[in-house]
Amino acid sequence: MNLDSKIPEGPLSEKWSSHKFNMKLVNPANRRKYSVIVVGSGLAGGAAAASLAEQGYNVSCFCYQDSPRRAHSIAAQGGINASKNYQNDGDSVHRLFYDTVKGGDYRAREANVYRLAEVSSDIIDQCVANGVPFAREYGGLLANRSFGGAQVSRTFYARGQTGQQLLLGAYSALSKQIGLGKVKMYNRHEMLDLVKVDGHAKGIIVRNMATGEVSRHASDAVVLATGGYGNVFFLSTNAQGCNVTAAYRAHKRGAGMANPCYTQIHPTCIPVHGDKQSKLTLMSESLRNDGRIWTPKNAEVAAMIRKGETDPNTVAEDDRDYFLERKYPSFGNLAPRDISSRAAKEACDEGRGIASTGLGVFLDFRDAIKRDGKNTIKERYGNLFDMYQCITGDNPYETPMMIFPAVHYTMGGLWVDYNLESTIPGMFVGGEANFSDHGANRLGASALMQGLSDGYFILPYTVGNYLGEQGVAAAGKVTTEHPAFAEVEANVKARIDKFLTIGGTESPRSFHKRLGHIIWEQCGMARSKEGLEGAIKDLQALRKEFWTNLRVVGDADGINPELERAGRVADFIEFGELMCRDALMREESCGGHFRVEHQTEDGEALRDDENFAFAGVWEYKGDDVAPLLHKESLIYENVKLATRSYK
Amino acid sequence: MEKTMDLTLKVWRQKSANSMGAFETYAVKDVSEGSSFLEMLDTLSEDLVEKGKEPVAFDHDCREGICGSCSMTINGIPHGPEKATTACQLHMRHFHDGQTITIEPWRAKPFPVIKDLVVDRSPLDRIIQSGGFITSRAGSAVDANAIPISKATADYAMDAAACIGCGACVAACPNASAMLFTGAKVSHMNSLPQGKVEKDRRTLAMVTTMDGEGFGGCTNIGECEAACPKSISLDMIAHLNRDYATAQVKNFFKPVA
Repeated sequence: MNLDSKIPEGPLSEKWSSHKFNMKLVNPANRRKYSVIVVGSGLAGGAAAASLAEQGYNVSCFCYQDSPRRAHSIAAQGGINASKNYQNDGDSVHRLFYDTVKGGDYRAREANVYRLAEVSSDIIDQCVANGVPFAREYGGLLANRSFGGAQVSRTFYARGQTGQQLLLGAYSALSKQIGLGKVKMYNRHEMLDLVKVDGHAKGIIVRNMATGEVSRHASDAVVLATGGYGNVFFLSTNAQGCNVTAAYRAHKRGAGMANPCYTQIHPTCIPVHGDKQSKLTLMSESLRNDGRIWTPKNAEVAAMIRKGETDPNTVAEDDRDYFLERKYPSFGNLAPRDISSRAAKEACDEGRGIASTGLGVFLDFRDAIKRDGKNTIKERYGNLFDMYQCITGDNPYETPMMIFPAVHYTMGGLWVDYNLESTIPGMFVGGEANFSDHGANRLGASALMQGLSDGYFILPYTVGNYLGEQGVAAAGKVTTEHPAFAEVEANVKARIDKFLTIGGTESPRSFHKRLGHIIWEQCGMARSKEGLEGAIKDLQALRKEFWTNLRVVGDADGINPELERAGRVADFIEFGELMCRDALMREESCGGHFRVEHQTEDGEALRDDENFAFAGVWEYKGDDVAPLLHKESLIYENVKLATRSYK
Repeated sequence: MEKTMDLTLKVWRQKSANSMGAFETYAVKDVSEGSSFLEMLDTLSEDLVEKGKEPVAFDHDCREGICGSCSMTINGIPHGPEKATTACQLHMRHFHDGQTITIEPWRAKPFPVIKDLVVDRSPLDRIIQSGGFITSRAGSAVDANAIPISKATADYAMDAAACIGCGACVAACPNASAMLFTGAKVSHMNSLPQGKVEKDRRTLAMVTTMDGEGFGGCTNIGECEAACPKSISLDMIAHLNRDYATAQVKNFFKPVA
């Protein structure tokens, strides 16, 4: 497996501009001869499809939802970072770059992160130009707020619906191109496999989820922007349909999968209420700007609160443990996500958790309301408070919110080089689906930035460069008549038939829940050698059981939610095993990956830069063969590796 | 422990667009009041699968009230009885033990049923495709602070842009009008300085597409605003009417393209 990262020569700040200059260009008149497939219509996919079409390429875009406007980017609440330094508080491209590398616990590629920080300002300009109604100050200038892991105000926001507004911006740009006929949009279509011809990605096989039809689509390049794999945990903040299938199928076709064990557990979610629950709801991290996180110091007081015998408002100041402020005085409640989540888990492990399950901590606005007034707090977080009340029935203006960590984002993903090209030539990966920018932990308000950076400003260049390198004679050469398409299509159909004919007794959802339980317990917030080894065995057994005892009702000729879930769960089970192997291999703690064997005396993550400053990239070797590990060394020329301290 | 309830569900079942549909009656037991309406439907689905029957098909995705996928009429009201709440954010504590709940798909001619509770809402996408955008090629934008926008204007645009495109307004309207949906997008874009260049063209194109898709006209009934899970105001329809009239007059004297 070739892991040449293709980082351009030259100083960090000149790499991207000199790389752009060195790229092959495609003459505008020739662009219409090429076609590009984009899978996914979120921030990365939607923006890439729109931008490539604007440039003149023929684009086909696929999404599993009934409209591209529903991709899960829409659910991001808090904001998007950019190094505009509009607040004159010392921000710069270099600071955003540094914060992101440090926030990622020194496990991201320097050159990619620098480029991300560099184009961040262009993203804000672009979004404002296409009508995103960002929050403004009375003087008409853009407003900013601060976010976890940063000490400057660089986050732009549109109330608590920033992701929605950014996605609708990209969707409107995409819609324009659909209306012009430059993008052919395929709604309710799910990618089920990748087709390679002579080693290059040349198309995909999809299933129309409304009619059941399986069809072939050929192109000169393929872009996957299919999101993350958080639903491997069953319960996560992801949408119900989010899945790893497209990425995992590509992995099985030869694309390296990097750092799958880097998963982010978000500290501010609404606690679990029961076993029928289907998803966890995130409360924006921006709440931590004004809310104070605490549990009772005393486990007995916590027990009384759990039983409903003590009103949390009556707990005296001295009996409260504001544990983040205590442990991390300089960042306090704004400590990064991984650190905040683990601190909450520790408090609950000590029996000091609240909520009916004991798995919760308070996020209290009492002091903020006293200081700024209820109206100000309402102005800032009104919709989040309403959402909380809608779900829990509690009024957070009067009684403290309860929160608990939940799986939210996955930093790992398909390995890509500086061009966002995977180990399969011609297959590019953008957004959460790739592994590139966040290292072992993502900072708040950085996902939207990365999705749009990939979609608007990087893929349109690098895909064009690839097409230029292939030459205009190659454009459109491979069609769906090529035997490779027939072969992959037959595999896809056989797999669908298999699901429907196993004839067992257990539903896909039931398998999914069992899978999620194993992963959450053994590959969640704290991981151990013993636990992971057990999990790998359990997952292998679960896989066997799945393929012999699955029951899928209905048929393949139309909408069948059971069939859809079966396919996704089948891939999640295999992927979960890869995650555990990756976590087992990484004998250190970094970012979202915490190995109990590797911690300092006071329980902080202990990195091992000497042995693990690399991206772990897995090569698929067969269903019952162990995958092969490759390493991309991470070389830090501009940032000095240091122990991440938020104290 | 959370309280639970037993319910009777009358659910619209329809095999495909061309087949006849009918209500089926199901019993669901031990629904916890903290679960969401869709989690209650998940329970029904698992029960049906257990019996070897096909679960109810319905659109859903984010389950946090923002993607706009869920689209079901509950006891005659799109998204159910709670104000400003999508079906996925509707919680069972608003129902009571022994209650009968009727669940059907959006009923509107432009939204044909695909299966059970799933309808085809692509006409809404086509309205946007015809003009619901502000042209700005990637890379062509000026600095974001170059055009100051008053807070009042930005807030108004945001109020309009909060639409999630679920189509409840259409389902609630006796005329199956899409004026609230279209009005919200027109109001959002036409009120911003960067959207003014294409204002007239946008307004005319979106209304033409809307009419062509078979949506009815607006007769100021107001059911749309009442059903809207994001409380989009009827003012957006007034804004659309105003901009449409202006655009038509201008177009009469000098075609806007």
